[in-house]
This record gives sequence, C-alpha cells and structure tokens, in this order.
Amino acid sequence: MPKKITIEPVTRVEGHGKVTIQIDDFGNVRDSRLHIVEFRGFERFVQGRPYWEAPVLVQRLCGICPVSHHLAAAKALDVIVGAGTGTGLTAVGEKMRRLMHYGQFFQSHVLHFFHLSAPDFLFGIDGDPLVRNIIGIAQEHPDLAVQGVMMRKFGQEVIRLTAGKKIHGTGAIPGGINKNLSIAERDELLKGADPLNADKMVEWSVGALDFFKNYHKNNQEMVDGFASFPSNHLSLVREDGALDIYHGVLRAVDNDGKKILHDVDYQEYDKYIEEEVRSWSYMKFPYLKDLGKDKGWYRVGPLARLNTCDFITTPLAQKEFEEFKAYTNGKPNGMSLHMHWARLIETLHSAEVIRDLLNDPDLQNEDLVTKGSKLHKGVGVIEAPRGTLFHHYEINDLDQITLANLIVSTTNNNQPMNTAVNLTANAFMNGQREITEGMMNAVEVAIRAYDPCLSCATHAMGQMPLEVSLVNEANEIIHRRTK
Amino acid sequence: MNNTVKFKIDGNIVTAEKGQTIVEAAHAAGIYIPTLCNFKGVKPKGCCRMCSVKINSRYMTACTTPVSDGMEVENNIDELVDMRKSIIELMFVSGNHFCPSCEKSGNCELQALGYRYQMLVPRFPFSFPQKGIDASSPKIMKDQNRCIMCKRCMKTIKDENGKNYFAFKNRSNKVEVVLDAEMGKTMPDDLAKLAMENCPVGSIIYKEIGYNEPIGTRKYDKTPIGSEIEV
Ligand code: SF4
Ligand code: FES
Repeated sequence: MPKKITIEPVTRVEGHGKVTIQIDDFGNVRDSRLHIVEFRGFERFVQGRPYWEAPVLVQRLCGICPVSHHLAAAKALDVIVGAGTGTGLTAVGEKMRRLMHYGQFFQSHVLHFFHLSAPDFLFGIDGDPLVRNIIGIAQEHPDLAVQGVMMRKFGQEVIRLTAGKKIHGTGAIPGGINKNLSIAERDELLKGADPLNADKMVEWSVGALDFFKNYHKNNQEMVDGFASFPSNHLSLVREDGALDIYHGVLRAVDNDGKKILHDVDYQEYDKYIEEEVRSWSYMKFPYLKDLGKDKGWYRVGPLARLNTCDFITTPLAQKEFEEFKAYTNGKPNGMSLHMHWARLIETLHSAEVIRDLLNDPDLQNEDLVTKGSKLHKGVGVIEAPRGTLFHHYEINDLDQITLANLIVSTTNNNQPMNTAVNLTANAFMNGQREITEGMMNAVEVAIRAYDPCLSCATHAMGQMPLEVSLVNEANEIIHRRTK
Repeated sequence: MNNTVKFKIDGNIVTAEKGQTIVEAAHAAGIYIPTLCNFKGVKPKGCCRMCSVKINSRYMTACTTPVSDGMEVENNIDELVDMRKSIIELMFVSGNHFCPSCEKSGNCELQALGYRYQMLVPRFPFSFPQKGIDASSPKIMKDQNRCIMCKRCMKTIKDENGKNYFAFKNRSNKVEVVLDAEMGKTMPDDLAKLAMENCPVGSIIYKEIGYNEPIGTRKYDKTPIGSEIEV
C-alpha cells in the first residue's frame, strides 16, 4: 500500500509550498510533487488601471526582487509608448535602468549566498540547524558575515540612488527613467568610504567565489552529484551571445548545448512558449511549444544563463566563466548545486558592471525619456536573479490595462524544481521508513538551489520551517516530523 | 475705523483683519490648522471637518468661522489632535487608498496628513468599497477609489460659462463625484492639469504623467504638511 510523506513549510507570507512524497510498502519512492501556492490575483487586479501604474504596482508581487518586476513592466510599457523594444531608450535611460538592475542582482545574489547557502556549505547539509544559519556564520566566520551584510547594503544603495527608495521605488517610467545620477550620488558609490565602494565589491565577490571553489574541491562528489539531471536551459542573451541580464533575445539550448530556441524576439514569446496547467498545482508548467510538454521544459536562472550564453563582457567574470565551462568540457552544466557557482560568477560580473557603469558620464545626461506613437501591446522580458521573467500587457484607447500576463522565474523553474525534489527523494529516502533530519534538509537544499520565492520568504534565518508527515493510502498519519 | 481684531489661539494673541476666517488668520500668523476641503479663492463650505477647533467648548470649523474680538480658540490640544486623526482614518477606511502605488504619493494631502498625525493602523475597519475608474476623457482619469468628496474640483473647475465639470451623482453611501461625460471629452489641457493639481488626493489624474517626479523632490518628501505655514 503506497504511503505519502508530506513536507510542508509553514510560512509567514503568501508564497508557500509543500512537498509530497509517495512511497510504497517497500519504501520505494513512487512519485513526488512540489506544490507552490502562487499569488495570481494580480493579473485580474491590474485590469482597468492606468498602464503607467503597472511598474509601481507590480513590485508588490515580491518583497525580494521588486526591481525585476518594476523593470520588466517598464520594458513592456516602453513598447506601448513607442520607445521601442529595449534599445530605443536614451543612453541615460538605459544605463540608469541597468545600474538599478545590476544593483538588485548583486544584492539578491549576495543575500542568497551568504544568508541561505553559505550556512549549508560551512556547517554541512545535515549540520545542526541551531548553528546552520547566518547567526552561526557571524559567530564562527565573522569576516564573512560582515562581507555579506556590507555587500547587500551596497546593492541596496545602488537601488536607492536609481529608483528613489531601497524597496518599491519609482525610477523606471514608460519610455525611460525619472532621474539621472548626480555626481555626488555617483561618488557615494564609486568612492564610498571602505568597504562601501565598487572596487571593494569586486574584490569581495572574487573572495566569495574562491570560498565556493574551495568548498567544491573538498566536497566534489556531493556538489557534483546532488540533484544533477539533464535539461534544457533558457535565458535572454545579448544579440552577439554575451550574458546580458537586462536585454536581449531569447535563447534555449538542450542538454548537449544545441540551440533549440534560436535567439528570437521576445515580443512573440507566446509563439514559442506554452503554459501547462496540472490539476494538483496552482502554478503552471511552461514549456517550449516545438518540443511539447514532456521534452520542452527548461531551467532558468544562473545555471541556465551560463549554459546559454557564449561569453561574459567583463574580464574577471569571463575568466571564471571559462573555468566553469571547462569543468563540463563546454557542455551545459546540469548539476543543481553548481547553481551556486554560477550565481557567484554573476555576482562578480554585476560588481564589475556596476563599477564600469558608474564611470560612464552618460549617467549624468538630462534626456531621460523617449516616446513615439503608441501601441496597444507590449512585452517586457528581463533576467531576474532567479531567472527569466515575462511581463505582457495590453491596453485600450483610454490607456487602461485590458490584459496582463506574467510568467515569473519560479514558474519557469517549476518542472526543474520538481525534478530536483524527485531525484533527492530517490537518493535519500528509498528504502527508509522514517523521516530523518538529513532527509528533510536534503529536500530543502534541493529546492533552495533554485532560490524560489518561497525559500527566501520562509528562510531568512537559514532554516525553512518544515512539517513532514508520512501517511498511508487512507490518509492516516504514520509518522510526522517537524522542525 | 479699526479694521483689526484680536483673539487667542491656544492662549497666544493673534491679530487679524475683520472678516477673515479663523483658518486665514491663523495661517497668516504662522499657526497651522489642518484643512482639506478648504481651498484658496472659493467660499468655504466646511465639509471635511479637518479644521475643527473648539470655541467656548463648542466644536466649530475654523475654515468657515469668522474671527471676532476676544474669541478664544483651542487648536493644538490632545482632544482635537485625536479627533483630526480619526477623521483622517475614516477617510482612509472609506475608500481604497493604496499609497504605495498611487502616483500622487508624496504630493497627496491626505497621505501627508496621515504622516503628520502619525496614523499607523486605522481604528476603524476597512470598508473596501467596490469603486471604478472613469478613463473616458482623453485628458484625465477619475479614480473613485481615492475620492474623499471634498468638492474642491466641483468648486474650481468650470468652463467659460461657469458650468461645472464635476458634480455629485447618486445618494447616501452610493454618492460619488463624477466628471461630466460630454464635457470631459473636450476638456482643455490647462483645465485638466489644474483639476489634478486642485484635487488633494489622487482621484483626478492627468493622463500619462505618472511617476515622472522622482522620490525625494515631491512636495511632502522632505517637510511635513503644514510646515510651510508654521513659524
Ligand atoms: S475628485 Fe478630488 S477634488 Fe474632487 S471631490 Fe474628489 S477628492 Fe475632492
Ligand atoms: S477644511 Fe474646514 S471643513 Fe474642511
């Protein structure tokens, strides 16, 4: 008789998920499912609202990466106000937005690494939850904890000076931005007192990468083997194939690195991507139409981006990228925990880009906005820290939103996360009749590698609250474990 | 003929001109009495009660009451401060005021009063009324979610024949201030901009201005409402 194990994170905010693992009488895993309750009311909520409200309204979708929503919506509205599809803005318009985005990227990646993943690396996946958190790091590795806090603060300052506020700003408006960067503001970031300046951020990003690579060297088997699986990968890339998280064309590659989506214009994303609804989940499952539901799902996020792009534009990150690619002989990397490696390369890249942008005099230009003849439909796509984010709006003649469709990064990663959980369940649970601490942590680590919103939301202190129940077919609980 | 009047606000002697209202005299003397519906240049109607003061233990609206010799006005006392705060709270709960995404944020008088009176959580339950948005004019949007029915638009926005662009519609709890559908279609640009400016909240929005004004430079970003009056 099959039994069900349910791992339920008890959450404090709207995004929440639970894992159900079904085992048979012999303890073999038959199936596993990750349920994420996603807030979809937003698409209804914006209907009828003035279109220019969207970039400010949508940020409320997420307390973790509001800037990504802000910018994706603004990019969609650029199209609507006739400012072109991503390249039509003035130099200061585009560069201020990029600065805002890289600032957000940097702080989000730093948060993930120092607060969420580093505790696992330092204290082990099955380490004592009482020390396996940022507080534990602060006690045992105070310098690392300080770096985490200061790097995050730097990213937030970049956001504040570009968007007006650290969280939920208004900087990006349809067709451009509402402020440039004054010399004084620039110098705050460029020449800020140690350690809050761009050069230090580059230096510390290199340090964080070294920390990971060292950990990898000593734990190669675990890092490489944990929830490793083949998949397709999708992201934006710049037209010449460079990593570009703000704008580009859509590219997807398969497990061998063969292009399966050929650098297409995202204005027509719905020609290539379809979303499947499954009865047991509120969250849809996107896939590439050409390949169909079973073969067309893909991963997004740091790993996917480094798998799709050809090179990185900044020298230090490019050097790291080459090492990363060499590890898999140039082939796409399917190892879930290498997500952390990719994330840190992107962190370094962001620090380099921020530094270079700050040195660009275009940021002090005054021509903030471009507009042309209005269109009724616009799509904005951006690489959010967690992966590709789609915003699609349509408006009527009275400037009201008539349709909104969003595909958020976590939705894009729905199938990959399910796959990772399944692999972990098989590796850690088969043949077991009891739910151990190690099992719960392993499932948590697998989910966390993808950095879904629910993990950030529930996991700020390094411990995802979980409840694990083992039930039989009649739904009688045989064993329950909480932490 | 002596045209001046002497009276007291919270014990301080204020000299005013005959015929001035308490609000006018107080503001001229650098004493802030909060107002919302009151608007320079139009006859005060006393509909919001924000300016409530106490005169001889009676509540009066300071925007409608003329000054008189020897009058003793209580203004900045705990009781009135709390009453004004409760009026602000009532306005917040009877509409849908979602400041974080409202483009009037930072320039909104209601929001600024909320900050000045340190409104955190309203003591009344939210009513979440079902309200619409009228976008039919090519120039402005009228968002009913945010209207506090102060009538400032009704009193100040008129065509060359004195005809009102805005008027009441419906009764009792269904009452709304609406834009005349026909007049809205041909509304001149300057009048549309003035309508947005005169509305204390974000109920009248000039189309496509949006969030052009960055955070930090908006009217109430740096100093609280009333500080322009206070000495
Ligand atoms: S639209 Fe504005 S000015 Fe007119 S009544 Fe409503 S709140 Fe007052
Ligand atoms: S300002 Fe006096 S009643 Fe409104």
